[in-house]
Amino acid sequence: MKKVEAIIKPFKLDEVKESLGAIGAQGLTVTEVKGFGRQKGHTELYRGAEYVVDFLPKVKLEIIVADDRLDDVVEAIEKAAKTGRIGDGKIFVLPVDDVVRIRTGEHGEEAL
Amino acid sequence: MSKICKPLPLALSALVIGLLPSVASAQEGTLDSGDTAWMMVSTAFVIMMTAPGLALFYGGLVRRANVLSVLMQCLTCMGVLTLVWIVIGYTLAFGPDIGGVIGGLDHMGLAGIGLTPGEGETIPPLLFAVFQGTFAVITPALIIGAFAERMKFSAFLIFSVLWSICIYAPLCHWVWGGGWLGAAGDLDFAGGTVVHISSGTAALVAALLIGKRLGYGSEPMPPHNLPFTVAGAALLWVGWFGFNAGSALGANEDAVLAFATTNTAAAAATVSWILIEWWTLGKPTALGAASGLVAGLVAITPACGFVSPMAALIIGLVAGVLCFYGIRLKERLGADDALDVVGIHGVGGTWGALATGIFALEGFLVEGGRMSQFIVQLEGVGITILFAGVGSWILLKITGALTGGLRVDEEAEQLGLDLGEHSERGYILGSSGD
Repeated sequence: MKKVEAIIKPFKLDEVKESLGAIGAQGLTVTEVKGFGRQKGHTELYRGAEYVVDFLPKVKLEIIVADDRLDDVVEAIEKAAKTGRIGDGKIFVLPVDDVVRIRTGEHGEEAL
Repeated sequence: MSKICKPLPLALSALVIGLLPSVASAQEGTLDSGDTAWMMVSTAFVIMMTAPGLALFYGGLVRRANVLSVLMQCLTCMGVLTLVWIVIGYTLAFGPDIGGVIGGLDHMGLAGIGLTPGEGETIPPLLFAVFQGTFAVITPALIIGAFAERMKFSAFLIFSVLWSICIYAPLCHWVWGGGWLGAAGDLDFAGGTVVHISSGTAALVAALLIGKRLGYGSEPMPPHNLPFTVAGAALLWVGWFGFNAGSALGANEDAVLAFATTNTAAAAATVSWILIEWWTLGKPTALGAASGLVAGLVAITPACGFVSPMAALIIGLVAGVLCFYGIRLKERLGADDALDVVGIHGVGGTWGALATGIFALEGFLVEGGRMSQFIVQLEGVGITILFAGVGSWILLKITGALTGGLRVDEEAEQLGLDLGEHSERGYILGSSGD
């Protein structure tokens, strides 16, 4: 099993969610985050005082998938989240040791 | 305008004298329901200016962790200073004049202040007292902006009470209560000196004494809730009609003139701040528009019943530009005046007081004519700055001694005053409860 973590542009969330649903990948967790890579921030102006803000709002998606579904899921996210412009984000793939469904106590892929 | 108005202080002296606590006087005016209704509305409007007006305006400008501390201070001013006014403030300001310097204690606890208008007056003295009390509340509240985000609540409380009694009341007496500034012909319709220059000066002293906020200059401290600030500014605009037009003490020609000039100046300053900001910094901002409108209202405050609407337009246009640059002053002076009380109230009030001398309609000028009037205005400004400046310094020193320092400790300041001084959080929003 793998954990797929994706940092994407916030307005792309709906598209990614639809895309994952279309390939049958159920369930995901979403957090609002801020960060930057190569994308430049912006300046804000308050009573003449200029603030340079490096951090940009992003959305972090987390989804746990079975190994055989990994490529489909990564491709779905990548295609849906892409705009072609700087700041599109990144996808990280991490190994997962175990998954437990709290309601039933199932372990492993059955719990996905 | 056909009616020539006596300067406010003379009318007020007559009012006060007519009410000296003796047996029911034969000198009585007739209660005018229009005047009284308008004055009650004005009083309510000015209360609204302190909260939610000023409360939201200031509250939105501070960082999230300090929002409640500002709101709390505004509410506390309304509570404590209203009581202080009733018990001692009113009588010091408007009691029978002693040597042109202060009012006597005849009306402590509003003794002798009844419901029957005095000779030549049309509203109950009690209403006059309550109306004036709302000014005594908001003036110290303005100073909050200077020491925001780092002053101990206990210190704020003590300082505000002392200031209301020792600085506001005497100043009020000098200009409006039959004291020497008013007698000299100083024109201040609704409080350019009494309210704005005094609080602006106090703000500068307070900011210098209490010191800069931790991280000032290196940490970004943008306003955390500008919608609050804009809403507050809008409430101030509306409320200011009570502040200025209410200072006519009736629903009369003076009130209408003040109403019109107030509205015009606010509008003009909004526009000029937007334009100067757009031109010099590249973008017009909501905060700029909100700041502009307040600056215009501040500037027109002393002039509102004495100048024409077109003069108000000029006063407002200039105020927007002057105060836009005025907020840089604090940096020059090394003061962290967190919410720009100096730049807007100090500078705006000074411009307004002087503009009153420049633009006051002929009938209001002192005997020597416009030049003499301008000099009297200048004196008023100078005296106010001196008195409020030195006085505030002394009161802050006393307060600091009583509270073991004006400032919260570093940990509390970093945590934010909401938690540090009040054990509360302003916003418990979002799924994380944070």
